[in-house]
Amino acid sequence: MTTKPATPLVELRGLAKHYGEGETRVDALRAVDLDLWPGEVVGLLGPSGSGKTTLLNLVGCIVEPSAGVMRLDGETVWEGKWLRSDLRSLRLEKIGFIFQFHNLLPFLDVTENVALVLDMAGRSKAEAFGRAHDLLDYLEVGHRKTAKPSSLSGGEAQRVAIARALANRPRIILADEPTAALDGERAGIVMDLLRKVAVEQAATVVVVTHDEKIWDRFDRIFALRDGRIVSTEAPAPGG
Amino acid sequence: MNLALRDIRHHLGRFLLTALGLGLLLGVVLSMIGIYRGLVADALGLVRAPAAELWVVETGTRGPFAEGSRIPGDTRESIARLAGVAETGSMTFQSLEAAHRDRKLRLQVVGYEPGRLGGPPEIAVGRGIARSRFELVADLKTGLALGERVTLGGDAFTVVGLTRGAVSSGGDPVVWMALRDSQELQFRLSPAPARREAARGPVAAGAPDTINAVVARVAPGASVDGVVEAAKRWKHLAAMSQEDQETILTRSVVEKARQQIGLFTTVLLTVSTVIIALIIYTMTMDKIREIATLKLIGAPDGRIVGLIVQQALALGLIGFSVGASLIASVKDFFPRRVVMLPEDAASLGLVVIVVCLVASGLGVRLALRVDPATALGG
Repeated sequence: MTTKPATPLVELRGLAKHYGEGETRVDALRAVDLDLWPGEVVGLLGPSGSGKTTLLNLVGCIVEPSAGVMRLDGETVWEGKWLRSDLRSLRLEKIGFIFQFHNLLPFLDVTENVALVLDMAGRSKAEAFGRAHDLLDYLEVGHRKTAKPSSLSGGEAQRVAIARALANRPRIILADEPTAALDGERAGIVMDLLRKVAVEQAATVVVVTHDEKIWDRFDRIFALRDGRIVSTEAPAPGG
Repeated sequence: MNLALRDIRHHLGRFLLTALGLGLLLGVVLSMIGIYRGLVADALGLVRAPAAELWVVETGTRGPFAEGSRIPGDTRESIARLAGVAETGSMTFQSLEAAHRDRKLRLQVVGYEPGRLGGPPEIAVGRGIARSRFELVADLKTGLALGERVTLGGDAFTVVGLTRGAVSSGGDPVVWMALRDSQELQFRLSPAPARREAARGPVAAGAPDTINAVVARVAPGASVDGVVEAAKRWKHLAAMSQEDQETILTRSVVEKARQQIGLFTTVLLTVSTVIIALIIYTMTMDKIREIATLKLIGAPDGRIVGLIVQQALALGLIGFSVGASLIASVKDFFPRRVVMLPEDAASLGLVVIVVCLVASGLGVRLALRVDPATALGG
């Protein structure tokens, strides 16, 4: 393993999330401590209700933590309260999302889906579309630049979704079941792409998955149960 | 990158069909306004036809259109002698229904003295009345042809001229005839007791020399109000300016119709607002996942609100254009006049914009409440 940089990209200290109060209180995540480093691809595993999606939502600044401290890319974003008023611009700047069902906007073509993120970030049209074309070529879907999402295969759609997630060069990439709809070969290709991005862009990739066929692709795997990280392990060689 | 435009293009067929439906509704709204304008134009057309500046009628009445008015036939000579009066004319007005060529013919009959005020404003085909009896100038809407003979009140009249677009406030086409003919017609068609009383009098052999109004025009520099005041000194007469007569027509004669149409137009606009709101709400519901995705990847609220509001405005404006074009192309086929004024269309266009903004509120509220986490998972 290479030497770790001084600052983790994701730094969680005692991060917790509960819903409701009193008898109806449900602890979705209990005092999680976690450091994720540039270049890492990590997996979050666990049964339904174990807290995987809650953890992903917390790191994605989609839901507000109940306690703890959260730092993203060196910036403390939550400590008893949100320290950034505009969470959407935070997500736009620092986080890329990859979804199980791609979530490409059906009324935009492939290039526009990717360029939209850059357009929202205030880039010029030429810059946005240029970067989108480069990314699509890099992810080997450049030949489908003008296609509508409905005409893409599952693998193509997922690569376009990855291109969109990478468009604004985020340092943190959160993927929710990115290979669930893909066969083993295509799932492997997607994981290889994520690995390549993590290394080349010094990003950290967090993947929530039930997909056993990709467990050997992670640097570390965090197993969650009842809102706690119950084990941290590197996958066995050869899967 | 305009998301609203791209979403519209993606569902172009559905969007255009929706806009067409909305257009039909807005077309009905526009036609209601046009029908009201037509009603006023028709009513004013008849009162403006003599090009008079003052009207003299029976005292205590607001005749001859809002109420019945009967004054002696020699009133015109009295009015003509007033200082400042340049031109005068005696007139009668009555509506009647006659059978002609196996169909009913509803007419507004106007009697006037050829050569004096009160005749048809413009002859489109043929000539004006030249003979003292039994000639007609009819509006084209009567369906009568030049030279055709039509029997009214037992006498046969020959159509010698045709006008275009002259109708009463009730929508009946106007025919002009010589004053003496119209007096005979009124006498013959008046109720039996009136005929009996008339038969006892000195004019038993013919129609009484009664008219409904005297119209007059004042000399350049003379005051209409002065002549009106002078005419009012005769106790059996009332006088009013052209402006007063038009006000009576628009405020009294067509007031109920105006209120009815106004209320119906308000109901239609309310229905349109609800329909636009439901359409926009449904369109937003269809995009919940896309909106959640936009929020998740960092789209600001303005971008999402813009998507919904721009689509609402596009729907409204396309619908309005469809409706306006439709009514403009079929308005001449309506049985009554439909007048489309540019200012009415512009006003309705503005109302549609406001309605779309209000109607998009529901969709915007829904969109702003979408949880970005909705985009995650299946």
